[in-house]
Amino acid sequence: MRWIKSKLLSVIAVLVLIYLFIPIAVVATLSFNKPEGKYNTSWNQFSLDAWTNICGVPGVCDSFMISVRIGIISTIFATILGTMIAFALVRYRFRGRATTNLLIFLPMTTPEVVMGASLLALFLNLRFPLGETTIIIAHIMFTISFVVVTVKARLQGMDPRLEEAARDLYASPRATFRYVTFPLVAPGIAGAALLGFSLSFDDFIISFFNAGTVVTFPIYIWGAAQRGIPVQVNALATLVFVVALLIVLTSQFVSYRKRKALEAGMSSDAAIAGANVKGLEAAMPRS
Amino acid sequence: MAAVLPSAGKQSQVSAQRKSRTGYFLLLPGMTWLAIFFAIPFVTLFMTSLQAPVAGKSGQYVPAFQVSNYPDALAEYWPQFLRSFLYAGIATGLALLIAYPLAYFIAFKAGRWRALMLVLVIAPSFASFLLRTYAWKTILSDEGFITSFFNALHLLPDDRILNTSIAVVAGLTYNFLPFMILPLYAALEKIDPRLLEASNDLYASAFTTFRKITWPLSLPGVVAGTLLTFIPAAGDYINSELLGSTQDRMIGNVIQTNFIEFRDYPTASALSFVLMAVILVMVFTYIRRAGTEDLV
Repeated sequence: MRWIKSKLLSVIAVLVLIYLFIPIAVVATLSFNKPEGKYNTSWNQFSLDAWTNICGVPGVCDSFMISVRIGIISTIFATILGTMIAFALVRYRFRGRATTNLLIFLPMTTPEVVMGASLLALFLNLRFPLGETTIIIAHIMFTISFVVVTVKARLQGMDPRLEEAARDLYASPRATFRYVTFPLVAPGIAGAALLGFSLSFDDFIISFFNAGTVVTFPIYIWGAAQRGIPVQVNALATLVFVVALLIVLTSQFVSYRKRKALEAGMSSDAAIAGANVKGLEAAMPRS
Repeated sequence: MAAVLPSAGKQSQVSAQRKSRTGYFLLLPGMTWLAIFFAIPFVTLFMTSLQAPVAGKSGQYVPAFQVSNYPDALAEYWPQFLRSFLYAGIATGLALLIAYPLAYFIAFKAGRWRALMLVLVIAPSFASFLLRTYAWKTILSDEGFITSFFNALHLLPDDRILNTSIAVVAGLTYNFLPFMILPLYAALEKIDPRLLEASNDLYASAFTTFRKITWPLSLPGVVAGTLLTFIPAAGDYINSELLGSTQDRMIGNVIQTNFIEFRDYPTASALSFVLMAVILVMVFTYIRRAGTEDLV
């Protein structure tokens, strides 16, 4: 009884984690299915057809590539704009901070259907043609806030003494940024970019409002749901899931190893900065 | 929202802040983008919600000041509005119940597994939202194990789960669960474990410790998680479309069909505006408690 009581929390935690993965297990399992009718919803027979012929159904890979392209372009823009805002919020004093915070916060709490509708109202009133451009504009808009939050958290977690030390050692503001600040913030920026891409790649509602005739991967799935989703879609989604998970796990593992390797009383941030001392020396004016 | 992601202390914030034009230069491009493509569209949306139809031409509207669009839209669609808030409310409550033990475990008991467990919480979002929702169709289908199980116990009013409100609420709960877990974790992680030990040393029962210490200190996370779950759930239409029947349509479905299929822009805009107004009230209530500095 006591054993059950002490393990109860762990059991519940593991069960909740399993619950989070149940639908993904279904999606992945059905990617190896040979559906009986047109609807791939119940198990029939094992088959590798979808995996060996992943572009075999017209439209699947086209829409996939469109989503990848939109994701990359909007992630680049949103990451740059969002990182700049994060630096301004943490490092600079300026007027209108409350308004700025609010304008960054609201896109994260506005329902997608409202954002999609209001943006479509704008484009319709301006007679702006709908297409990939309008989707990218929308994606940059709703991704910026998430980039700001992620990069800001990283900047705030940094030890300010590292930059002070660089300045004390006569590093120019530029060299300080290049060899100390940027390498320390880079993991945060990379994380923000990954988050931004996954938000853009998976977005359905806002894209659907502003797509015109463009068919992104989620829009393809939505359309296919009525007439039966091809097995290839399951295979591609499983692939994306596995690749994304591997990227995140690898980066976690690398930073874990780094921490372990540098456990000589140094904080990991200080260690990263230390690793850049060589570059700093090279950049310093020689007397 | 600071509570979303676990962040370290704010020690650098004040000491290193400079005042110069560079700050404005850094803000300008991004904030301009948000102003043009997030803030201004709300003005357009509001203007569209007051437009009047052109007689004889469906789908065409002229600028007007037809305030009656609002009572008309609400009179027609108030059931969907109420249903949205009801479903989103139940889903948020369930998500809180499911998320709290996991967030608590990650914050206090996970040890070196903490980082990995956080990755596992976020990982499901790497698989398509639509496909995951579609997968629930398979899981909750009439022939499925779950439906048979509850039917054997005679617990289902309609003898099925799929195409009922139960499936819609279950889908909403599942889909927005990570938005509840992460802020809860961020708040719980900030609690000094010595407070819990002290309470234990003073002979407080586990329940009393939870009620007097853990729960009150985790409230910021509860509030943030509730907002982040309730708001997208109230506006969602994918779950009700894929998992529910036509009796389960929510306000998102109405906005979407009116906007895209019926081209009834004024009605759809008016409904979007009311939905946003309700949400703004919730957000500002939150801000009054927490202040804007804690938002982002």
